[in-house]
Amino acid sequence: MSFFKKLKESIASKAEAVTNVFKEGLTKTRTAFVEAVEELITRRKKIDEDFYEELEEILIGADVGVNTVMTLIDDLRAEVKKRKIEDAAELQPVLSEKLVELLKGDDHAELTMAPPGETTVILFVGVNGVGKTTTIGKLAHRFKSEGKSVLLAAGDTFRAGAIEQLEVWGQRVGVEVIRQASGSDPAAVMFDAVQAAKQRNVDVLLCDTAGRLQNKTNLMEELNKIFRVIKREMPNAPHEVLMVLDATTGQNALSQARLFGEKSGVTGLVLTKLDGTAKGGIVVAIRNELNLPVKLVGLGEGMNDLQTFDSVQFVHALFAGLIKREEEEQESAQG
Amino acid sequence: MAAFESLSSRLQNVFSKLKGKGKVSEADVTEAMREVRLALLEADVNFKVVKDFIAKVKEQAIGLEVSKSFTPGMVIIDIVNKELTELMGGTQAKLAKANKPPTVIMMVGLQGAGKTTTSGKLARLLKKGNHKPLLVAGDIYRPAAIKQLQVLGGSIDIPVFSMGDQVSPVEIAKNGLQHAKDNGHDYVIIDTAGRLHIDEALMEELKQIHANVKPDEVLLVVDAMTGQDAVNVAQSFHEQLQLTGVVLSKLDGDTRGGAALSVKAVTGQPIKFAAMGEKIDALEPFHPERMASRILGMGDMLSLIEKAQAGIDAEKAAEMERKMRTAEFTFDDFLEQMEQVRKLGPLDQLMDMLPGMGKMKSGMKDMKVDERQLGRVEAIVRSMTKAEKQNPELLNHSRRKRVAAGSGTTIVEVNRLIKQFDDMKKMMKQFSSMMGPKGPKGLKGGKKGLKGMLGKNMKFPF
Repeated sequence: MSFFKKLKESIASKAEAVTNVFKEGLTKTRTAFVEAVEELITRRKKIDEDFYEELEEILIGADVGVNTVMTLIDDLRAEVKKRKIEDAAELQPVLSEKLVELLKGDDHAELTMAPPGETTVILFVGVNGVGKTTTIGKLAHRFKSEGKSVLLAAGDTFRAGAIEQLEVWGQRVGVEVIRQASGSDPAAVMFDAVQAAKQRNVDVLLCDTAGRLQNKTNLMEELNKIFRVIKREMPNAPHEVLMVLDATTGQNALSQARLFGEKSGVTGLVLTKLDGTAKGGIVVAIRNELNLPVKLVGLGEGMNDLQTFDSVQFVHALFAGLIKREEEEQESAQG
Repeated sequence: MAAFESLSSRLQNVFSKLKGKGKVSEADVTEAMREVRLALLEADVNFKVVKDFIAKVKEQAIGLEVSKSFTPGMVIIDIVNKELTELMGGTQAKLAKANKPPTVIMMVGLQGAGKTTTSGKLARLLKKGNHKPLLVAGDIYRPAAIKQLQVLGGSIDIPVFSMGDQVSPVEIAKNGLQHAKDNGHDYVIIDTAGRLHIDEALMEELKQIHANVKPDEVLLVVDAMTGQDAVNVAQSFHEQLQLTGVVLSKLDGDTRGGAALSVKAVTGQPIKFAAMGEKIDALEPFHPERMASRILGMGDMLSLIEKAQAGIDAEKAAEMERKMRTAEFTFDDFLEQMEQVRKLGPLDQLMDMLPGMGKMKSGMKDMKVDERQLGRVEAIVRSMTKAEKQNPELLNHSRRKRVAAGSGTTIVEVNRLIKQFDDMKKMMKQFSSMMGPKGPKGLKGGKKGLKGMLGKNMKFPF
């Protein structure tokens, strides 16, 4: 059975609707990435240095990290030598397999939740402008529609209008927001929020924080304090620390993931604004170099446009073109 | 982690086998260019831009004479640096001014790029220049975006024109402009909602605003951390709106900021400002030459030097530099230097400006930049006698024990400091012999000195 067939069958059990959301959201990523590879293979018949260089450029162009790309290309060279491949077309399955391998992973994308009856605390961290507050709004909506009780903590006391922004989301979704005045200590807000969550026995507490650049020592210490306060008040919390990452971010994402991980124990990523960009390759770099799973992806501006990240779905959506073609070839071969 | 070596040390590796040759051959250049290419790609410069750039530099680099005082690596970096600076616009670009006020500035960009914050900063900058700006709140989509601008405006005492979030942004912009004319404002800054460059409906809205207010400046706000897609974003915005300039935001992070180069290359429009911090006055004119060395991973030496010039006594610095070169460096000088460095500001910020330091800092656990650690080092040095400071060799075991007790540290810490101090001295010695007697003097020499030392993976004693 062909590789893609297996892949396809593994997702056959999943709802077609979800696949479509991914497919649509990733159109840009797919065209930029996969079609460029296809085009390269058809155009360049032979595998030579130029071929490798162009392939390198395509991958780097998708923000797959330089290190990751170099490793991949080296692997490919070795494979080509071993299998004595000369024709670029023969390389395609090998390449696809390697790419899928990079994108896939056996991570569990499901959010870690507290046992029933206890409060799940999720802390959101990230640099400025990645979409933390919006993600919280969307996630609150999702939990709410699953019938869970949700509480939001307005931990961004720094940026002008941030608390109001979260409150608007709170009203939209119909959940309460724990807040203090602008400029107050965010750790104090978290303290209040955790107490309130305990008292009211809510199912989920979503904690917003101010965006901060990962090289600002004092701000990162502040974040660490927030993390410690939550942990102290509720020993099992936070159940998830999600770093929100803008999908258009380049190599700096690695530095972000690393430094936020150090100060706040990041457990997973949320990749936002994936709908509009031709990218998403940075996911590969982060998985490869830091081993952090992507848990959620933002694929649009609507309240429902937050999806659980499913690497198999992601790969399928990304390689839809390749898979379709291989099927056709098989059919024509059989018929 | 991605341990990026600095470009200068990588090039040194490439050219180390070149000794004795008089000229740089084509093969050498090709190999060197591969390193330059990697450095640029790692900095998120778009790969197409990189390709053109490399071709250009290659031409210049072939057949270079290898002069005695410089390594070919340095010469190539110099060429690359110059070309990069050139590509980013050479010198600074100023904000346009309308013949008949008010000057209309329109801020556009993706979501989360920092348009609203930058609008506030720009208004503040204009106000400082004795202008009377008006902010127009045109982001009706993001919750509380108007409120954000109002709070910003309030904090710097600049009026914000708003019509709530139920009126179309085109109307808001038109009325805002009229309001400015009626009230004698000479600059109007229109904040718009973030949007994807492929969102046709929202881009159409921007075009409408553009057609109605006829802005003198259309500034694209670009997140300095943007990756390869920066090119597409900039191109798309430029095609639809005729950008006149770019503002690079979040440049105070540890990103190398290759997006700057990409954006400039595809739009041809200058980068006019760079946002360097969260405070409202953290908007600075853009310096292409500094950005060039930053993209190359050579740190922001110029900013550092500028800071140093403001904070450090020039005479003292010259003396220090001489001592460094002649390796007469003692613990007394060390202490003094520490003091000088402290004057410059928080240490971690300084470290970021040094070539290769950003990575070293995150790479080495034992080199935590901790101000308290500095205090401890200072205590150790201060617990030494005058003679010991002048001549560290005096420090035998019992003296070290005394110093440890006197400074409230352990003997291990004292030993470590002395060891590192010795290493540093050795490095300086090596370096000064490398530079030769004709080495450049003054601050410039100090700068090269730092580079040389850092290239060898030097550890600071603190």
